[in-house]
Amino acid sequence: MLNKNKKLQSTRDGFGEAILELGKKNKDIVVVSADLAESTRVHHFAKKYKNRFIEVGVAEQNAMGVAAGLALSGKIPYVTSFGVFSPGRNWDQLRVSVCYTNANVKIIGSHTGLSVGPDGASHQALEDIAITRVLPNITVLAPSDFIETKKATIAASKIKGPVYIRFARHKGPDINTNKTPFTVGKANILLKGSAVTIVGCGPVLAEALKAAEILAKENIKVEIINSHTIKPLDKKTILKSIKKTKKLITLEDHQVVGGLGSAVVEMLAENFPVPTIMLGVRDTFGESGKTDELWEKYGLSDGHIMSAVKKIIKK
Amino acid sequence: MKRSGIKELKTIANILRQDIITTLNTAGSGHTGGSLGMTDIFAALYFNILNHIPHQPDNPNRDRLILSNGHICPILYASLARAGYFPLVKLKTLRKINSQLQGHPHAGSLPGVETSSGPLGQGISQAVGMALAAKMDKKHHHIFCITSDGEHNEGQVWEAAMLANKYKLGNLINIIDRNNIQIDGYTKDIMPLAPLKDKYITFGWKVFVINGHNMKQIVATLNKAKAFTKKPVVVIAETILGKGVSFMENKYPWHGIAPNEIETKKALAELRNGK
Repeated sequence: MLNKNKKLQSTRDGFGEAILELGKKNKDIVVVSADLAESTRVHHFAKKYKNRFIEVGVAEQNAMGVAAGLALSGKIPYVTSFGVFSPGRNWDQLRVSVCYTNANVKIIGSHTGLSVGPDGASHQALEDIAITRVLPNITVLAPSDFIETKKATIAASKIKGPVYIRFARHKGPDINTNKTPFTVGKANILLKGSAVTIVGCGPVLAEALKAAEILAKENIKVEIINSHTIKPLDKKTILKSIKKTKKLITLEDHQVVGGLGSAVVEMLAENFPVPTIMLGVRDTFGESGKTDELWEKYGLSDGHIMSAVKKIIKK
Repeated sequence: MKRSGIKELKTIANILRQDIITTLNTAGSGHTGGSLGMTDIFAALYFNILNHIPHQPDNPNRDRLILSNGHICPILYASLARAGYFPLVKLKTLRKINSQLQGHPHAGSLPGVETSSGPLGQGISQAVGMALAAKMDKKHHHIFCITSDGEHNEGQVWEAAMLANKYKLGNLINIIDRNNIQIDGYTKDIMPLAPLKDKYITFGWKVFVINGHNMKQIVATLNKAKAFTKKPVVVIAETILGKGVSFMENKYPWHGIAPNEIETKKALAELRNGK
């Protein structure tokens, strides 16, 4: 089920294609933009559906409130910005106007992770999964490639209630094919193995796949789970895998604290605790650089994943 | 719902003030001052101005009322109860556990409450969103939003004001509880807002300034506001915090406390003697 063509596309383009399709199919779909229309790929929607595109300018708190008001009036708003600004800057509004109100708002956090690159730390959201999954009533999605982001965006429109989708700026290889199923709350097993379970999310999973290919030549067969839905976590799939391998590595382009890894470890601590290595940014801010350079420097690249695998299978 | 005349509205306002006092006394905590200050406006809204059907709280053509300064929800709850949205006896449950009457409004908990509020500045953005939706759908209902003057310290309020101007939201009416008081003191000392009227004019809004306790002026102005559809409208209602109870009027500590037994007795006596 893995995509072999290794075509390079961006997750944000997957969102852009999906929002245009949604706009065509459903007249209740509206977009709220905070002056990042082109970067977040809603500029085509803006041109085609002028009446359903609200540009609020650089005002993310207002953007979130406006989205809540639109949702309470029967619309399905997608409010878009960079993850650092939304849900970063407008977290109180997400908490009260959206989650406490259970308003049908879809929050789009583009440019998340170190993969943002040259803009540097101020623009690299490494905390957004932590601050969203902690809120009641919200669904949190982190798709891994163009195709999955498109499916996640469309799936979000069918959920009644707040949904947060985080994705990235850069172009990465396709991991999934068009035939790869996408069901919110159901993790996908990308690779079957027995040495260790790697649970990850987002485009950085491509690094895990690279590592797996090399490890397979050394007869180390890792199991890779794409946990695209951080909330609600697919306890069943993850637990089944962990009971088989009895070892866990988590992987995300996010702080190692509070994100997907923490969600998995929390669940296993209560059900089936196992030796664990969590891969993510280790309590530091990012910096300017290229995506692959940053993943290498901050411990997320295939080399680091391979080291982690070798370390854990010795335990 | 039938529209009450001026004399009747004054009577209703007096009853609502008594409801606020007894409700807050039973609750043991809450925001008395602003609730009393806005009572005349709420009486006018719920018993004359708003297009609404209390037993149809979800009617799609209803006028919306958003209470952005959610802490004065005692007046909202009392108005909704008296208008028939829910039984009056529920007012006794304000702020108690398992109650539909939450300490700050919660969407879904109580019929007639349009959204959740409390953190200042959020309601007005939501009101703008609702006004935009109505415009998109070519609907003719109005969106009323109550804000406080202290609330205008929050930048989000001005973000919303700019957006309302950008899209010329003529279906939006913001009523400001201009009582010159906020939690820590008088607005002129904490964060001066004057000239508030000028600010809104330069933000592109149509501005009315009224005496928030003159029922005739309230009704006339709110009707003018409804009829004015070229720009968003703001009604700066000059009010007295704690209006109706002599020992509360203009005293900022009464922003956020509830009356005790003795204070309740005194307040009710004043209100019943037609002060």
